[in-house]
Amino acid sequence: MAIFGLWVINKAGGLVYERSFGDGLPHLTSNEYLVLAGTLHGIHAITSRLSPTGSSSGAHVISGETFKMNILLTATGTKFVLLTSLVEPSADSVLQKVYEIYADAVMKNPFHTPEMPIRSEGFDTRIVALLG
Amino acid sequence: MGYNIGTRLIEDFLARSNMGRCADFREVGEVVAKVGFKSFLNITPNVTHGAQPPASSPTRTSMPPPQVNAPGASFTLTFDENPLAEFVELPEEALEGGLWFSNVLCGVLRGALEMVQMQVTATFISDVLRGDEATEIRVTLVKYLEEEVPVGDD
Repeated sequence: MAIFGLWVINKAGGLVYERSFGDGLPHLTSNEYLVLAGTLHGIHAITSRLSPTGSSSGAHVISGETFKMNILLTATGTKFVLLTSLVEPSADSVLQKVYEIYADAVMKNPFHTPEMPIRSEGFDTRIVALLG
Repeated sequence: MGYNIGTRLIEDFLARSNMGRCADFREVGEVVAKVGFKSFLNITPNVTHGAQPPASSPTRTSMPPPQVNAPGASFTLTFDENPLAEFVELPEEALEGGLWFSNVLCGVLRGALEMVQMQVTATFISDVLRGDEATEIRVTLVKYLEEEVPVGDD
């Protein structure tokens, strides 16, 4: 029951925030994170077209052998991706809280340009308090 | 100014209210009035839904079925009280110059709805500060914005 990492991807597919918790994930360079986030954004868009039951919003959970990824897609196109161990039951509510912290710390920050990488201490502190 | 506020406010609104997508523009009007304004300004404006967009053929005798989602659909918000204008009196030059004191609200509506893929125009119809009976804003849908996926580099 562990949270490995959090990514925030803007509506164009660019990674705006990335943080790893504990040492569950191998360390990657920031370029690799950017590539992975862009790939995930593309996959998410493809999965939203593949739905057999009409309109859908794209993959919600992607699970592997040792971890899973929960993706929260907001109505504005921002994606919050939480990487956790397989047995994490509260991932959705955690993502919802992350969204609230994002709305508070990032959106209300007048120095933050929307869709740009997030460089906010307040956001960092609150995320660590919530997830770290 | 209002536009910038709106683009950021919508995230806060969505994060806290946890609402999904609205089914049609009529629902948008209801949600904006009853949930949005209530949570941010603690007022509940009345919503009146506008007439359907004009029929394309003037010779048609019967009204086409209400196109609630078509561009041209609109709703009007009528405010009993406006917290922004609570202690305000406009001077002569402002009244003559055509100042809408709470125009920032129009910008907020435009910015917020644009972030959820709806292009709208929001304008004041009347304003108590200018001597009219009530304060009204009309929001008209211009079009739905299709998600524009930027051209990939590889």
